[in-house]
Amino acid sequence: MIASHLPVLQVALPLIAAPVCVLLRRGRWAWAFTTIVCWGMLAIAALLLDQAMGAGPISYRLGGWAPPIGIEYRLDGVNAFVLLILAGTAALMMPYARQSVEQEIRPERQHLFYCVFLLALTGLLGIAATGDAFNIYVFLEISSLASYVLIALGRRRRALTASYQYLIIGTIGASLILIGIGFLYAKTGTLNIADLAERVPALGETPAILAAFAFITVGVLIKLALFPFHLWLPNAYAYAPSFVSAFFAATATKVGAYMLLRFVFTVFGAPFAFGTLPLKEVLLSLSLIAVLAGSLAALFQTDLKRLLAFSSVGQIGYLGVGIGLASVTGVTGALVHVFNHALMKGGLFLAAGAIAYRLGATDLSALHGLGRRMPFTMAAVVIGGLGLVGVPITSGFVSKWYLVQGAFEEGLWPVALFVLVGSLIALAYVGRVIEAAYFRAAPEGGEPVREAPWAMQLSIWAMIAGSVYFGLHTDLTVGIAERAAAVLLGAP
Amino acid sequence: MEALTHVNYWAAIALAMIGLYAIIAPSNLVKKLIGLGMFQTAIFLIYITVGKVEGGTAPIIDPAYDVYSNPLPHVLILTAIVVSVSTLAVGLALTVAIKRAYGTVEEDDIDEQDRR
Amino acid sequence: MTDNLVLRVVAKLLIPPILLFALYVQMHGDYGPGGGFQAGVIFGAGLILYGLVFGTHAVRSVAPPRLLAIIASLGMLLYAGVGIASMIAGGSFLEYGALSLDATHGNHVGIIIIEIGVGIAVAAVMTIIFCVLAE
Repeated sequence: MIASHLPVLQVALPLIAAPVCVLLRRGRWAWAFTTIVCWGMLAIAALLLDQAMGAGPISYRLGGWAPPIGIEYRLDGVNAFVLLILAGTAALMMPYARQSVEQEIRPERQHLFYCVFLLALTGLLGIAATGDAFNIYVFLEISSLASYVLIALGRRRRALTASYQYLIIGTIGASLILIGIGFLYAKTGTLNIADLAERVPALGETPAILAAFAFITVGVLIKLALFPFHLWLPNAYAYAPSFVSAFFAATATKVGAYMLLRFVFTVFGAPFAFGTLPLKEVLLSLSLIAVLAGSLAALFQTDLKRLLAFSSVGQIGYLGVGIGLASVTGVTGALVHVFNHALMKGGLFLAAGAIAYRLGATDLSALHGLGRRMPFTMAAVVIGGLGLVGVPITSGFVSKWYLVQGAFEEGLWPVALFVLVGSLIALAYVGRVIEAAYFRAAPEGGEPVREAPWAMQLSIWAMIAGSVYFGLHTDLTVGIAERAAAVLLGAP
Repeated sequence: MEALTHVNYWAAIALAMIGLYAIIAPSNLVKKLIGLGMFQTAIFLIYITVGKVEGGTAPIIDPAYDVYSNPLPHVLILTAIVVSVSTLAVGLALTVAIKRAYGTVEEDDIDEQDRR
Repeated sequence: MTDNLVLRVVAKLLIPPILLFALYVQMHGDYGPGGGFQAGVIFGAGLILYGLVFGTHAVRSVAPPRLLAIIASLGMLLYAGVGIASMIAGGSFLEYGALSLDATHGNHVGIIIIEIGVGIAVAAVMTIIFCVLAE
């Protein structure tokens, strides 16, 4: 009986768990409870992916109302894959959370921290699970509001201004999506995505549909933080608590990429977006600028967390390249990169958080000699960093391989060139971190630094080991991503 | 005269533009939130206008009427209003926290303090 | 504002009808315009008016924020609990019809319970927001 309710349980369980955390009143109990819930989520997501890949799309009717009138949760290969990434990231990061949160959040707020974290998770899972356009907006705002709160909990006061800035930009983005959905509803009379997918292409190039497309695309790009809409991202990730930076770096922008895929390919259809409208040119040029600008900006940062945040801006560019290519290979590359980047950047931010846990700072100058003093954490940073560069046997190589291949298939060799140049710049900024940690002597007379606690190591290495494993065994990720891309592009 | 039949949409556009201006122009964080509220209200107006059926009455079933306005956009906007209230609450709470941490709610002063 | 006699008297006169009206809107919600959200906001407005006129410490003594946080959580759990109950009863999530043998009756029961959940959660949250911002 439970098996048929899995799609709604995926979203409802963290939503129910959130108020329970408030009632638990103790930070540690809330942590234990949240950990159990997150692993339960991962189990559900794995079962759902198995069902969706095996028997085709799963449809769940909320409240028993039949779609398109009622709200439907519809899971195909694409969003089941995204659900697995979200739930997996949350589950793997939970062992890390306890000590990190105990150090960074005031004791009387810790149980509330887990409550808000679960709400953010609910929102992200909901965006991925739902098959209703307005529902996407509601879940988007749930996750965004929770993330504003979580980011503002950072220890430095700049976390507050970063959160405020994100609140303004994020709300404008979500409101633009809301306008777009309104135009779609006015024109078609439906909010169900599968229903919209049938009716919107038939309407063709009417002004309302064009306006809806423009509003939704720009709104989603703001949430995705693609250049030039990335201004909120570096500060938000740099000043948030370590666990929050890591979780959102691994998940939030990935959900943005999912929304872009869903609206562009499923609702409006590739022929409209890439044939009638020049989305391909726009998306590719913005993404390539993002790759170069993000990576170059990362090169000049003096703080590890800010460096990683700007690197995220660049890596989001790669997602944009894959989506912009609008071919099965390109979208496969983007989806695989969503998965791989979640592992790599999640692991890297966790490691940066572990360094902050022991040192209280993440300045590159504070990292001097850390290769000897925190050998395991720094080794994780090196492997994760090489993944960002795209060195073979790391998973970063796999996604870039597909992006370059996709570019050549389309005969766009400059795109491939830019991807490679971006990797070279990544090598330079990862090199700066390695240089600071391994080739600079530790400051004389400094206090001895211990290695990070084992529970934090566990999360870091789970993410980093995953990124290497999926660099060697590509069948699972690429297999799922290829089928998901085929679903999106309507290929058999 | 065609333009006048769409007076609600013109109002929504004007409201949205005033809202956007009020988000961008002032340096005061509270004024920005007021602008954000106006911008969202403009969107609510678009939805409500879409839901109006000409000659229709309020969507409460009554044998005396047979044309009703579309209630769905109202319900959607009720949800969106809740979201907008929550956003405003979070934004104001942040502003209060910023005032405590920086001693000011003027963006220029905050930037200056951060630069130091 | 605590020293203004007119405000104090008017508030004392107004607050009970406001709270009562909130309960009316709450219970009327499944038949006509109204429901938990509106009722919660009206109830919260009554408490906020009390706080505005008599000071936040007065609201805090009537409704301590810690208690309000628990009430808000319980309201949310009540809502979700109906969803789970309808799943156990054989329907899908929030399919109230499954709660009773007669679908219409089940719908009534389900809607009234979730609206109570929404109502107390919204009233509590509105008051918490006021207390936090008014500090």
